[in-house]
Amino acid sequence: MSGAWSRILRDKAALFGLAVIVVVGCAALFAPFVSPFNPDRQFANGLTLEGAPRPPDAIYWFGTDLLGRDLLSRLIWGARASMIIGLVANLAAVIIGTTLGASAGFLGGRVGTVIMRFTDLMMAFPALLLAIALAAILRPSLWIVALVIALVNWVQIARVIYTETRALATREFVEAVRALGASRWRILTRHVLPHLVPTILVWGTLGISSTVLLEATLSFLGVGVQPPTPSWGGIIFQSQSYFMVAPWLVLFPGLAIILLALSFNLVGDALRDALDPTQRGIG
Amino acid sequence: MLRFLARRVAQAALVVLGITLVTFLISFAVPADPARMIAGRSASADTVASIRHQLGLDQPLPVQYLRYLGHLAEGDLGRSYVQRTNVAGLVESRLPATLQLMAGAIFFELLLGLPAGAFSASRRGTRADKGTMVLSFIGVSAPQFVVGLLLLYLFGYLFDLFPLGGYGGLAHLFLPALTLGIGGGGWYARQSRSSMIDALRQDYVRTARAKGAGEWRVILLHAGRNAILPVVAMIGLDIGNFMQGVVVVEAVFGWPGIGQLAWQAIQELDIPVIMGVTIVAAVAIVLGNLLADIITGTLDPRIRVR
Repeated sequence: MSGAWSRILRDKAALFGLAVIVVVGCAALFAPFVSPFNPDRQFANGLTLEGAPRPPDAIYWFGTDLLGRDLLSRLIWGARASMIIGLVANLAAVIIGTTLGASAGFLGGRVGTVIMRFTDLMMAFPALLLAIALAAILRPSLWIVALVIALVNWVQIARVIYTETRALATREFVEAVRALGASRWRILTRHVLPHLVPTILVWGTLGISSTVLLEATLSFLGVGVQPPTPSWGGIIFQSQSYFMVAPWLVLFPGLAIILLALSFNLVGDALRDALDPTQRGIG
Repeated sequence: MLRFLARRVAQAALVVLGITLVTFLISFAVPADPARMIAGRSASADTVASIRHQLGLDQPLPVQYLRYLGHLAEGDLGRSYVQRTNVAGLVESRLPATLQLMAGAIFFELLLGLPAGAFSASRRGTRADKGTMVLSFIGVSAPQFVVGLLLLYLFGYLFDLFPLGGYGGLAHLFLPALTLGIGGGGWYARQSRSSMIDALRQDYVRTARAKGAGEWRVILLHAGRNAILPVVAMIGLDIGNFMQGVVVVEAVFGWPGIGQLAWQAIQELDIPVIMGVTIVAAVAIVLGNLLADIITGTLDPRIRVR
């Protein structure tokens, strides 16, 4: 594991990703202290005399939005929605996916078939449409959005873990401990699961990227995080009809989403290179 | 081969059946009462009850599900609450626009992804390789609505090269197709790079090199022909991504396809339309996967065994 770390630290792209994640994480955590203004405050001088949003300047570094609120402050507070959903929803998806994938792979037989057929079924569902339908039914809040994403995003990791567990279950060391009389539960938790950790780490990290993107997309479609809670996708949703005159309202939140999603991808990719020697250099 | 085909088709049919069950259950979880939606707000309780009876909503769930399946088998996707026409007709009228968009997107994906992947593979381990792969990651990490809006701003507004959305000829198609193609192109670049690297390792490539074939000839003719297989299969698997993409891209560009239809239906909570589009999309995805399996199974006999 320590070898993996030093490999990642030598990878410039991964370092860049790690730096972005730390910056965004700190912005989300310390939003009340680092944000220059109250994100919900509508400033009297926040709009031009014609009532249009103000472009970036010395006071409002990233400009203001349609209601005269400071965009930078809203972006900093919006990092919370992205980070919370990215981490929580993905953690939930990883737990669901690992549990289902590992039990299907380890138990095999009828239970395994049923679980994997169900996974096939979920794979065939257009995830976004399903998420939209669920979000529309459940009336979105931050946690509901996280739940919806988790319910949609566990499928990929379940498949990967399933294949991996299947391969592990037939290995000699598993047979050896079985011969020694270890219980199935003990074999699964003590001997199989530890070998799955690298895979879980890699796919868990890559999954945060797709979770962040899905949250942004749902918010952009108006079924994600609801106003007044600021979210990056939501900011673009609210200002898209204005973006010809105020392109910064799309550009800055858009760049924020791209940077964060890219960073988790870069780190996940570097982790894969570091932890899985067979994948080295192929990526 | 026939047995392989039969088994895959049977599996696909089972998945489709499962999908109908899930959509059916979801449409039940919706708080809105269909009979009330159809009758309108001012209808009396008697009218609502009679509509409920007409629709069979007063019968037990399994019976309703079988009825629903029967309708589906006849190509009947139900009636829209809001537009008061058949969902099947709505989907059919919107489908051509979406298919055009997909064709354009596949064109851009391949145009961007394949050369990038081959280039990266041929320069494996160099700076050019790394740079191309980071670019492909940016393409993958950029949400389609951001890419779409930025392209629209740059090439539609600032430089005024393309129309600002709407449906029409090739000029209208260019930006939305490119938007979808940028994200997909990133995946294709990564996939074609790894399958190219695989192919370049094979003995026949060494033979070709030993016989004095030029680098380009090796890459395009000898390795490329074999590396293209997994990439072709990817087009089939890609339908799922498209189904997500079209909802967003059609919303951004005002493209009148099934994505926009679903998007409008969601805002009006028009459940039959949402479910109709979901089923059509899911069937398309299953067919795409099936096609991918058949293509790779036909071209690569090793896969059939499993």
